[in-house]
Amino acid sequence: MNSGRCAACKHLRRRCPSDCVFSPYFPANNPRRFAYVHKIYGASNVGKILKDLPVNRQAEAADSLYYEAYCRIKDPVYGCVGLITILHQQIYNAQCQLARIQAEIAALGTQSQSEVQQYQQVENVGPSFLPDQNGVPNSTSYYDLSTWFD
Amino acid sequence: MGGGSSPCASCKLLRRRCAKDCIFAPYFPPDDPHKFAIVHKVFGASNVSKMLQELPVHQRGDAVNSLVYEANARMRDPVYGCVGAISYLQNQVSQLQMQLAVAQAEILCIQMQQEQSPAAMVGLPPPPQDEKSSLLLATNNFNNLQQCFGFASTSSNVMQDPLKRESLWT
Repeated sequence: MNSGRCAACKHLRRRCPSDCVFSPYFPANNPRRFAYVHKIYGASNVGKILKDLPVNRQAEAADSLYYEAYCRIKDPVYGCVGLITILHQQIYNAQCQLARIQAEIAALGTQSQSEVQQYQQVENVGPSFLPDQNGVPNSTSYYDLSTWFD
Repeated sequence: MGGGSSPCASCKLLRRRCAKDCIFAPYFPPDDPHKFAIVHKVFGASNVSKMLQELPVHQRGDAVNSLVYEANARMRDPVYGCVGAISYLQNQVSQLQMQLAVAQAEILCIQMQQEQSPAAMVGLPPPPQDEKSSLLLATNNFNNLQQCFGFASTSSNVMQDPLKRESLWT
């Protein structure tokens, strides 16, 4: 029976029953996984959390408990909350940068539109005033020639 | 919190005498019993005590706050706890990074267009790569130029030089 014990039962130095709640998620070949979870949550609390869940969610719960325990051991003050804080900051910085770039795009778009309009206005007026080689002013269909004779 | 003072929330819940140097007392006041209750439920009082003892005093407040946060997250989501929030936020960061990359590419594109010839300012597209679209593009370009110079539209196969407009009126 000793060789068939899961990491939890080995750590707790107890017999590993056939319906042990830990054994599917804390295999004997990874003792550190249970050691971390046990250090932070305690075997009893982990057992309660797992037993309160349907079987098909227990594996994910065990993984998340291990991840949080790992983070807490690495950072005893903030645990995985430190990572959440960093992510919030990254999101804020990215949103600010995105807003800045979008404002630049809008400004460039406005600038280029106004330049096009100015360019068009100059060209609209130009043909009406530019004389030909003989000094006779050119005209278009919408230009009033009478002003040249005032 | 000994003497005549009210016991802290942890000692109340654990039903024990609240010592003067109770490690929980500064962080779990008696007016907020839920705070310790939830931490005790997820981590256990013994584990919390060990964690706090391993930390310098000036860091214990932050540690308690983060433990309360994690405990609340685990109560809300017994399967994923805080990891669910981390996963969601990482996804948001990825999406924002993609949006940033697109926006940066767009701004580079606009800047490149503006640095090109004046024709680019009227929004003319870059040269096409096949013959059919090049003929269509030439037609469109000519029509655009006409609008810019104020000419009435003429047949598309006649290219007009603005400097030679006089010939139209002679």
